[in-house]
Amino acid sequence: MSDTKFSKEHEWITLDGEVGTIGITKHATEMLGDIVFAELPEKGSNVEKDGTAGVVESTKAASDVYTPVSGEVVEINQSIVDDPSKINADPEGGAWFFKLKLKDKSELDTLMNKEEYDKFAKETSA
Amino acid sequence: MNINKTALHELHKKHDAKFVEFAGYSMPIQYSEGIVKEHNITRNKSGIFDVSHMGQLFVKYSPDITDKLQEILPTDLKNLKINQSKYSFLMKENGGIYDDLIITRMKNQYMIILNAACKQNDLQIIKNKLNDQSLDINNDLSLIAIQGPESKTILENVVSNVSKLKFMNGGNFSFKNNEIFITRSGYTGEDGFEISLPNKVAISFVEELISKGSTLIGLGARDTLRLEAGLCLYGHDINENTSPVEANLKWAISKNRINDNFIGSHQIKKQIEEGVSKLRVGIKPETRVIARESTKIFDEKDNEIGKVTSGTFGPSVNASIAMGYISNSHSKTDTKVFLEVRGKKVPANVCDLPFYKKSYVKGEANV
Repeated sequence: MSDTKFSKEHEWITLDGEVGTIGITKHATEMLGDIVFAELPEKGSNVEKDGTAGVVESTKAASDVYTPVSGEVVEINQSIVDDPSKINADPEGGAWFFKLKLKDKSELDTLMNKEEYDKFAKETSA
Repeated sequence: MNINKTALHELHKKHDAKFVEFAGYSMPIQYSEGIVKEHNITRNKSGIFDVSHMGQLFVKYSPDITDKLQEILPTDLKNLKINQSKYSFLMKENGGIYDDLIITRMKNQYMIILNAACKQNDLQIIKNKLNDQSLDINNDLSLIAIQGPESKTILENVVSNVSKLKFMNGGNFSFKNNEIFITRSGYTGEDGFEISLPNKVAISFVEELISKGSTLIGLGARDTLRLEAGLCLYGHDINENTSPVEANLKWAISKNRINDNFIGSHQIKKQIEEGVSKLRVGIKPETRVIARESTKIFDEKDNEIGKVTSGTFGPSVNASIAMGYISNSHSKTDTKVFLEVRGKKVPANVCDLPFYKKSYVKGEANV
């Protein structure tokens, strides 16, 4: 996943043509603990870069999910709403959150690559 | 303020505990397994909880000690048998709760188990009421709980004859030539035991329980377990502004003591006779949304009728669960209410407690 980009809010995004797939990172799930609830944006809604686009709750607390780029929500992953434990099991694969039709691809340039994110995650959790 | 550590602190570290500060103590919130797995281990097998932060107060017998304690607590202590335990409260004159506690009549003394955050204040009140400034919390003892269906067999392997104890009864036992006191009780809705033992043998005792098949469980799972069991957490579900009657804990006020004098008796009697305006109830949201503490509760006409005091996701019931106070007129089971979570009104229903039902083992024989 060398073309995966990461945000400081611990979201990841991969791009396929015009559509980006977004989820939360493994590091985020480790910090949150067991996730027991997920709320996703509505299909067809528009979300703005760094705006709230969902919620996850662990047994301990609720956390907002932010979108790393702007766009229109074209698909949501209902399976993680039905079984939120999937997010802990496979956060950077099958447990993606939503897909966006990107408004402005250049927003991706503001995000980190894997190496930069791993360094960032290590530093901020120390 | 210095952070206190229990005698098991090094063992928690060895088992990769994540620590949080709780009531001035550094306590394990979870171990490497995580809260949901630890919860399920306790429900299905056996879990060990370090609750040594709780206060252990021993009050020696004197001719009038039972009378004096009855002036403080709403519990019938005169008919309490030796080795029997009761759930009770330390109240304010206005009926509010300073602390909830377990009192056990031992052979030569009463044992009172107090909440960690309340124990110093409790001690001061009890010292003054008993006019005995020598009383003190015993900090040489640890308190360990072992809970879950396999706990009886596991503990029996370490302490012979313990499985004969009946629910809410205790007895003296020994471990490595040290006297220990064990009661059949707990805070999870499971069969289990609570063990008071000297700090110096606490680690070796817990290591033996682990070697026989039990697992260390953190405070995180302790909270989901107790909430599924419908049990109150002091400082959240009960506090100085809630009375035992409002908290639906009237059963813990001994019936034959309602006309007696104890701290708060006037208010309790009045509330029992006249009723109360708010009641603690179980609340089950219709979706998986979690309604945390302080979530506002509304009726169908959008009037605010109460507040959530505890809310979480219950792994064993696979649903969002909560408790809270609601106006008496809306407290009936199956009443539809709405919870305001992140600006949205989530439909929910008032429900009976506990959320998770399992019958307590009554014990096989008298001890």
